[in-house]
Amino acid sequence: MTKLRSHLMKSLALALLLLPGISLASSEGGAMESAQIDLTDKAALQRGASLYMNYCSSCHSLSYQRYSRMGEDLGLTKEQVEQNLIFTDAKIGETIDTGMDAANATAWLGKAPPDLSVVARTKAEGADWIYNYLKSFYVDESRPMGWNNTVFPGASMPHVLWEMQGMQHPVLEPKRKGANGEEEACHAGEVGGQCIKGFVIPDAQKGSMDAEQYDRVARDLSTFLAYVGEPSAVKRESMGVWVVLFLAFLTFLAYLLKVEYWRDVH
Amino acid sequence: MNLIERAVNGGMAWINERAPGLMPVYRKHMSEYYAPKNFNLWYYFGALSMLVLVNQIVTGIFLTMHYKPSALEAFASVEYIMRDVSGGWLIRYMHSTGASLFFVVIYLHMFRALIYGSHQKPRELVWILGMLIFLTLMAEAFMGYVLPWGQMSYWGAQVIINLFGAIPFVGTELTEWIRGDYLVSDATLNRFFALHVIALPLVILLLVVLHLGALHEVGSNNPDGVDIKKLKDPATKIPKDGIPFHPYYTVKDLFGAGFFLTIAAFILFFVPTFGGLFLEHDNFVQANPMVTPLHIKPVWYFTPYYAMLRAVPDKLFGVMTMGGAVMILFLLPWLDRSPVKSIRYRSMISKVMVALFVIAFVVLGWLGMQAGSTTQTWVARGLTFFYFAFFITMPIWTRLGTFKPVPERVTMHD
Repeated sequence: MTKLRSHLMKSLALALLLLPGISLASSEGGAMESAQIDLTDKAALQRGASLYMNYCSSCHSLSYQRYSRMGEDLGLTKEQVEQNLIFTDAKIGETIDTGMDAANATAWLGKAPPDLSVVARTKAEGADWIYNYLKSFYVDESRPMGWNNTVFPGASMPHVLWEMQGMQHPVLEPKRKGANGEEEACHAGEVGGQCIKGFVIPDAQKGSMDAEQYDRVARDLSTFLAYVGEPSAVKRESMGVWVVLFLAFLTFLAYLLKVEYWRDVH
Repeated sequence: MNLIERAVNGGMAWINERAPGLMPVYRKHMSEYYAPKNFNLWYYFGALSMLVLVNQIVTGIFLTMHYKPSALEAFASVEYIMRDVSGGWLIRYMHSTGASLFFVVIYLHMFRALIYGSHQKPRELVWILGMLIFLTLMAEAFMGYVLPWGQMSYWGAQVIINLFGAIPFVGTELTEWIRGDYLVSDATLNRFFALHVIALPLVILLLVVLHLGALHEVGSNNPDGVDIKKLKDPATKIPKDGIPFHPYYTVKDLFGAGFFLTIAAFILFFVPTFGGLFLEHDNFVQANPMVTPLHIKPVWYFTPYYAMLRAVPDKLFGVMTMGGAVMILFLLPWLDRSPVKSIRYRSMISKVMVALFVIAFVVLGWLGMQAGSTTQTWVARGLTFFYFAFFITMPIWTRLGTFKPVPERVTMHD
């Protein structure tokens, strides 16, 4: 209900206010699959937090996010967070930092993995970008880590979730020719002069999950990172409904007052 | 007389005895300031600008309590405000949304003057002071935008400050003097903070006082452009079409403020980044002098001028074009030679020119956000040419065509 309401309000706000802006927000690249995240889904957020701590937090810090705040917002007790989600020697009130120091990270990986506190807010597509990114790794022997990504070509991160998803290989097709006979740019990356039109996972390299299960993993992680990007977002929207209603009522009263005062102006 | 009334009257008498000059000031500017009774929608934006100014100052005070003006800590301190400070996210969004809405109301307020001839004699000084506020506000907004120390803060500052480098002979030294360093750095952030939170707000407040003072000397214009002081009641010497600002316009502006705040709250609580227009995606990445963003652009309210800057191939000439686009507005009272004030009674050619100007300005604003293809650059050139042509040929076209007769008294439409 809350989700539907906030979603409705948001769509309405955008439709009313962003008329000329909609085309501005869309960035380069093809359309992205919607992650359909729900920030009020505590179970998804908890699964996302768990996945994050297990698969991401050893390299990527969330250095603006505190464990305690995460616990409160995700409906977890202090003990639950301490026992299940803190993998370092951090105290509950501290921020989620990685065990790896920046100098070592640069030495080992070439570039220190970025902090992901606000990563969901750095992209026009928001959490959808993360969702699509996590689903778009493919085997590419030419890359240092053996992995590439169609959403972020040349990404230096290996596919840390491959055990679940399996190893995707690109399905290629020749470049399309435009009306003037010139080759058009590929929609989602290219390999050896051919466009990637999709992925295939060979039977021998299947992961522990099927596509649907892995989609949920990607969605849960996206939801969690969207939450971390703006922990107050849910509160903001639920508070907003009341503020807008209050102000609308106040405006109505002010209108009546104005009409009353202006009765003698002709 | 009941107790409260006696206390109030007693208090008033006590103050009047000690400061007899206060009540006349109140009367002059509020209860006996006679404003035309036919103000329409366009006349809300002056009061709304003041409302936003107050919002920016109050929320700004709370932000300075938690913000750290240091290149190492600034970005993190903004996220600290967004997460760890109680109500911090609300204060921050009020300030960031307020900044964009400030320009919305200021642009509409300026457009109101343009269409109703509010800049014409005898209100030239009001216009000049208003333009000075606009100029100061642009500096205030630019410096404020640098403070969160995101990528766009950093690189926007880099681009804008480098523009001064185009000035012959002193350019390079001037940019170093502004930055306090050879590149945008901690020193730059610190001085921008000082200017943003104290120097420029003081200037703006002073200018607002002068703007209102100058306005109240000559009196407000109105949508009919009729001089209400020409027709006064012989007995009371009050303009027949005038009503006291307080309570009539205070209650009307209260309604306007409520309406505006409802829309503002809608944005703030449901789309605070406004799809990347009010808070840009790239600005959620911490400033990094080693990584230049693919596409550097200012916030939406500067994009019309930015489009003009980019449209000119030569740097110095581009900077002059951009500066000239703002400066030419100062001349508006003398460029407008129309015999009537209000667009209601102006000729068709004037109406068409103003409509084209609005389209040009909006499209330039859109172009300023784009990466800038060849076609877009040519369109921007054409529109920049029109922007200047609009003002330079204004003395001619404002006199052409047939004008409708201006009525004796103001007209009421609602």
